[in-house]
Amino acid sequence: MISATGLRKSYGDFEAVRGIDVEVCAGEVFALLGPNGAGKTTTVEILEGYRPRSAGEVSVLGSDPAEITRRWRERVGIVLQECRLTPELTVREAVARYAGYYPGPRDVDETVALVGLEAKADARTSRLSGGQQRRLDVALALVGDPELLFLDEPTTGFDPSARRQAWEVLGSLRDLGKTVILTTHYMEEAQALADRVAILAAGRIVAEGPPDQLGDSEQRATRISFTLPPGADAADLPAGLRARARIDGDRVSIPAEDPLPALDELTSWATTRGAGLPGLEVRRPSLEDVYLELADAHAGDRDGEEPA
Amino acid sequence: MNGVRLALHQFRYDQKVFWRNPASVFFTVMLPLIFLFIFATIFGNDEIADRGVNTTTYYVPAIISLAVISATLQNLANNLTQDRERGLLKRARGTPLPPQDFVAGRVGNSLVVSVLMVVLVAVIGRIVYDVEIPTTTLPAVALTLAVGAFTFCCLGFALTAAIPSEDAAPAISNAVVLPLYFISGIFIPDNEIPEGVLSFADIFPIRHFFQAFFEAWDPSTAGAGFEWGDLAIVAAWGIAGLLVALFAFRWEPRR
Repeated sequence: MISATGLRKSYGDFEAVRGIDVEVCAGEVFALLGPNGAGKTTTVEILEGYRPRSAGEVSVLGSDPAEITRRWRERVGIVLQECRLTPELTVREAVARYAGYYPGPRDVDETVALVGLEAKADARTSRLSGGQQRRLDVALALVGDPELLFLDEPTTGFDPSARRQAWEVLGSLRDLGKTVILTTHYMEEAQALADRVAILAAGRIVAEGPPDQLGDSEQRATRISFTLPPGADAADLPAGLRARARIDGDRVSIPAEDPLPALDELTSWATTRGAGLPGLEVRRPSLEDVYLELADAHAGDRDGEEPA
Repeated sequence: MNGVRLALHQFRYDQKVFWRNPASVFFTVMLPLIFLFIFATIFGNDEIADRGVNTTTYYVPAIISLAVISATLQNLANNLTQDRERGLLKRARGTPLPPQDFVAGRVGNSLVVSVLMVVLVAVIGRIVYDVEIPTTTLPAVALTLAVGAFTFCCLGFALTAAIPSEDAAPAISNAVVLPLYFISGIFIPDNEIPEGVLSFADIFPIRHFFQAFFEAWDPSTAGAGFEWGDLAIVAAWGIAGLLVALFAFRWEPRR
């Protein structure tokens, strides 16, 4: 459905996208996740045919997006990162206008209902809340019944309840069998919606995979953390644990893929010393932790040497 | 045929948007009528020396000229800039709607509003001020309107390239036309305007459009009423505007 290799984009001296390889299959929901300025929108706008690329091979729906036709546009729906609505039109009119652009559009009222705006169908778009406007954006992209849908930061700036509502609408796209390319800077959003996630930092993909398999085994390992009991020193820890421990002041953190044996060793050590383990915590890192760690580790890439 | 259907589809919605927007309706439809009433009231029914017509017979074609420019150049420059900065043009570009059908809808909207204003001002002029509606020179009226509408639509698209933001649009489009209305004889009868000022106004299309339209509308015009010289200059401005628009018109926001 989409394939890109070695995709690059420079603006003058600034290289916004520095060699991206992406492969997306039909029916897949694929998320590009990354902080602001990572190159998400640039990448998506190249795939959408809005922007020329500086280098690389790209094919979207079997065509080079730099040379697209009207036929191609009929098969693609786009929700831009920032786009207002025509305030003079009602929700239904706005959707009906866009329906007229396509050869085989979806039913207008059904599309309005799909994004949960049936109660607002006759309201002017200027009367909608931010979340409702965004859902209308999705309806405008959907009404042509596209095979491929681009959503550029569909929920940025939403409060949590509006975000959940939007997710419900976006989740239903999967049931329609659409292929979806989503950009977001919320790990939670990628996790809720995407089959596969690529984390973008400083113009490169730094990790890719299903949301629950991101990061390496150490990044995904359970963390056992505690405060050193009074009078104990990190050097006193059992040798096997000491080697793995990360020590920050008197706070110790031990990554363990299987935490039980480590805990067993640790508690016997503490019991023997009769000192206890203050602030003991056993926690699987959230995807947010993994994402932040990955994004952080690569944020400085642009300034430093080109990694090999 | 598909293109005609899509252009009509666009036009229908552009009409809805136009008539539901209070600013469009006020500035494009109401304001020219207000100008007509004010000028006719202030300047009474005196004769305008050089033209051999009375004041209201002078102002009817003057206000029609203004109304056409307002419905085309100003309306397009303001609304296209606004839609560009709001991302609406970029979104439309991402659909299969061909750009020529988008343009046709907007231009069609301007043309229909222009024709409506011609009829409205002519009828009010006839009923309230007893200004004759031309019959023998109708072909010249139609051609002059067509050339003027073409030119000021092209200039409207071209002007958007010089407007950096939504807020700047009304200011810039007014800064372009208002001074020209004053020095071209639209607000002030041209026998009151110094020769040098008029010849400066002659550089720009508004003065020539008004001259040609006045000649076509003036009941005392003897011949067919075609002012070919003025029309040629107006058309040349239109072609220049078209070239600028083709080269410099942008679909994406500037910010």
